[in-house]
Amino acid sequence: MGKRSKVIEKDEVVVRFSGDSGDGMQLTGTLFSYTSAIFGNDISTFPDYPSEIRAPQGTIGGVSGFQVHFGHSEVYTPGDYADVLVAMNPAALKANAKWVKPGGTIIIDVDSFDEKNLRKAGYKTNDPITEDKLGDFNIIKAPITALTKESLKDMGLDNKSILRSKNMFALGLVYWLFNRPLDNTKEYITKKFKKKPVVVEANLKVLEEGYNYGSIIQALTPSYQISPADIEKGFYRNINGNTATAWGLIAAAEKSGLELFLGSYPITPATDILQELSARKDLGVKVFQAEDEIAGITSTIGASFAGDLAITSTSGPGLALKGEAIGLAVIAELPIVVVNVQRGGPSTGLPTKTEQSDLMQALYGRNGESPVVVVAASTPTNCFDYAFYASKIAVEHMTPVILLTDGFLGNGTQPWKIPDMDEFPKIDVPLVDRNMEDWEPYLRDPEKLSRYWAVPGTPGFAHRIGGLEKDYKTGAVSHDPLNHQKMTDVRQAKIDKIADYIPELELIGKENADLLIIGWGGTFGHLYTAYEEMTNEGYNVALAHFNYINPLPKNSYDVLSKFDKKVVCELNMGQFAGYLRMKFEGMSFSQHNKVQGLPFTVNELKEHFKKLLEE
Amino acid sequence: MSGVCKLKFTDFKSDQGVRWCAGCGDHAILNSVQKAMAELEYCKDDVAVISGIGCSSRFPYYMDTYGFHTLHGRGAAIASGVKLANPDLHVWDITGDGDALAIGGNHFIHLIRRNIDVNVILFNNKIYGLTKGQYSPTSKRGFISKTSPYGTIESPFRPGELCIGARGQFFARTVDKELKLSVEVFKEAAKHKGTSIVEVLQNCVIFNDKVHAEITDKEYKEDRTITLRHGEPMIFGKERNKGLMLDGMELKIVTIGENGITEDDILVHDEKCDDISLHLKLADMEYPKYPVALGVIRNVKGNVYDECMVRQIEEVKEKSSIKSLKDLMYSGDVWEVK
Repeated sequence: MGKRSKVIEKDEVVVRFSGDSGDGMQLTGTLFSYTSAIFGNDISTFPDYPSEIRAPQGTIGGVSGFQVHFGHSEVYTPGDYADVLVAMNPAALKANAKWVKPGGTIIIDVDSFDEKNLRKAGYKTNDPITEDKLGDFNIIKAPITALTKESLKDMGLDNKSILRSKNMFALGLVYWLFNRPLDNTKEYITKKFKKKPVVVEANLKVLEEGYNYGSIIQALTPSYQISPADIEKGFYRNINGNTATAWGLIAAAEKSGLELFLGSYPITPATDILQELSARKDLGVKVFQAEDEIAGITSTIGASFAGDLAITSTSGPGLALKGEAIGLAVIAELPIVVVNVQRGGPSTGLPTKTEQSDLMQALYGRNGESPVVVVAASTPTNCFDYAFYASKIAVEHMTPVILLTDGFLGNGTQPWKIPDMDEFPKIDVPLVDRNMEDWEPYLRDPEKLSRYWAVPGTPGFAHRIGGLEKDYKTGAVSHDPLNHQKMTDVRQAKIDKIADYIPELELIGKENADLLIIGWGGTFGHLYTAYEEMTNEGYNVALAHFNYINPLPKNSYDVLSKFDKKVVCELNMGQFAGYLRMKFEGMSFSQHNKVQGLPFTVNELKEHFKKLLEE
Repeated sequence: MSGVCKLKFTDFKSDQGVRWCAGCGDHAILNSVQKAMAELEYCKDDVAVISGIGCSSRFPYYMDTYGFHTLHGRGAAIASGVKLANPDLHVWDITGDGDALAIGGNHFIHLIRRNIDVNVILFNNKIYGLTKGQYSPTSKRGFISKTSPYGTIESPFRPGELCIGARGQFFARTVDKELKLSVEVFKEAAKHKGTSIVEVLQNCVIFNDKVHAEITDKEYKEDRTITLRHGEPMIFGKERNKGLMLDGMELKIVTIGENGITEDDILVHDEKCDDISLHLKLADMEYPKYPVALGVIRNVKGNVYDECMVRQIEEVKEKSSIKSLKDLMYSGDVWEVK
């Protein structure tokens, strides 16, 4: 590995790999993130792929991207704009050039920039650089296709297999650019294709060629050095939010001693949870791929009735279909967790994009007065924690809990310090026991107001429950007006009581700040980064980020009321802001909303906050 | 494992007053189910009776077992979850023609296809009773009701055909007031491993009175129904002289002693035959062309979902190196920061 002419030290860098959806960009990005994580950088990644499995080749609709943000200090978002863009074809350039920082580096496979592909991408001329005014960028025109073909010409591979190795050339070149070792990727390729030695050989060869190409162009372009971050000691792995959610549920099963049941129906972007738990038969997980969303949740309610830790996973449209059944779990007072990985709506909306627009649906999307607990994860890795605590609340308080994550969290990855499970509490299962005197199906725990779980098969506790209103004590069907009032009140009180069992709201920053930034769920990384950068720039701002939505943390009012200027930021039209206004009458909030299927950018947030501070 | 108890059928009665209409066929079905459970030597605590919505679905409240009155159409899916959570339970799903075949049609066919060990009792009165008299998916074409004042313009489902079409392994039919036959059929359904569907021709005394009368009334029933029993010839009629034979691809009614036909020429019922064709023909027989078949029509063995799930989990557990969440978290690409 030759000497470098110019190495620039940087704190953090964002790289975006993009190409046709068949170009292997997701794998390329994943391998690059993994190498960076092992190198010791903190990272955050986000894939951006079309909802069509194979949209027409070469078109903008078919562009698949993967963004990696890695740094010498902690990073909380996949980054707004890329320092380096890899564009494997004109469509990838067309779609992504606007996401590159001014003066950034753009690596293109110049061989794919022929007239046909340029037209497919919508370029009118044969000079996309001029046409899109990219003259100020550092454009590396690498003949990736030609060099890959040349490199593999004697290996006896067919043309398709040769072209499939192009992504390794790009990866090798980016490794050169950031002075990264190739070992981890070589190891991965060798393992992954161990049954096809020729594919291993081809990929490794092209990877090296890409790296070496860097030395050829080093006179023209500098390379970068990003030192390892100062990270807490321990064992780490990369994990995305959906896998973290699945594992958090498994953790809850272990801590409660209950068997885990998932009743679910495939839906983007929640399907990974169903897939991961389906693979976890080795840990005894029972997964039922139901015929529809409704059977997903109703089988879950059946499993809960029969004593399992029962979960259903879905995304927005699926939550709509599950509404009636959630009401059944409310009135039957059975524990279930409904995981909703939010996506863009309404209707089928933007299946592969992120949004926070199911908040009101989660809180109120049912007939009748049917309060449920709503919890929201805020980072890919803490999906593990909130899946665990959502299960704990569901079981210990005998209630449905809706866990909100979103496409950004579900698909985004971060390095995760593998937790010590001894640090997680036990989950107490409120089963009936033989010594209970005067037990009735709706006898309640005096503190929590939750009923006890009499699981079928338990001798002496045969009883009937159902969706008709229950007598306050016996649980027998009752149409008595005052009883209905009493039951409605107690179901609400039971949920309100949970505020005594959840952590208080944390204020990040000073109580006398000029502006309080308020957020919830998956926007944490962007809001925190904006807060941090503005604080470093000398602004006096603070952040309150909510994970518990219903009930709200007990100190919420106290925290919020200290600030005159408050802005609620969310990826919807203002649902949480509206909720807070309802909960805290008279308190005023301004809003910052975005509904583009995209996360916030730190820049737009900072810009907005600075404007608010000037007002 | 579920236990063995020697109980009287009255032990299965809950303390709730039964609130079906006087003369409703449901009362008889309730008694038959309780009798069958006693004869099956069930323990009350091992039984979960699940239901959807409709008159029939009030059933669990009247059973002194575990019971869950759920959502319209969803009983089959909820029962699936109950059985998978605890395969040792005896899970019964009580449903009606609207609940199972209209709003719950999807769950009904998929329960059958998966062959989860749930016993489904389908009360078929060809009417919506609880909403006071609208036609149902089993009402015959032209049926007059509050929502079809000029007669329906749609064809009904035949529950047996739907069940067998969904790859059903057990289908039986009985009549609400035929207690002895019902008990016999319910016990067979319970013993069958996998989904069992029992269609009960049930009379709604208020909104569709006598809907089955032309075949179930005492004076007609022997000539207009045939009770099938495994290994016995398909003979029916007051004189026990009518039988079923195959004529080409079709069933035909013959008279023993006429045209040289003897008892040996009559089809013998084989409920265990894998091939569906004869079972389908028998299930589809309608009066007046044919007698309506009662008893167990199809009862074959197949892979049972809940058993397969338990077995697969055991096999995967055995082979996997991942024995705990900790193993899982440390599997694959893990690195240490020192």
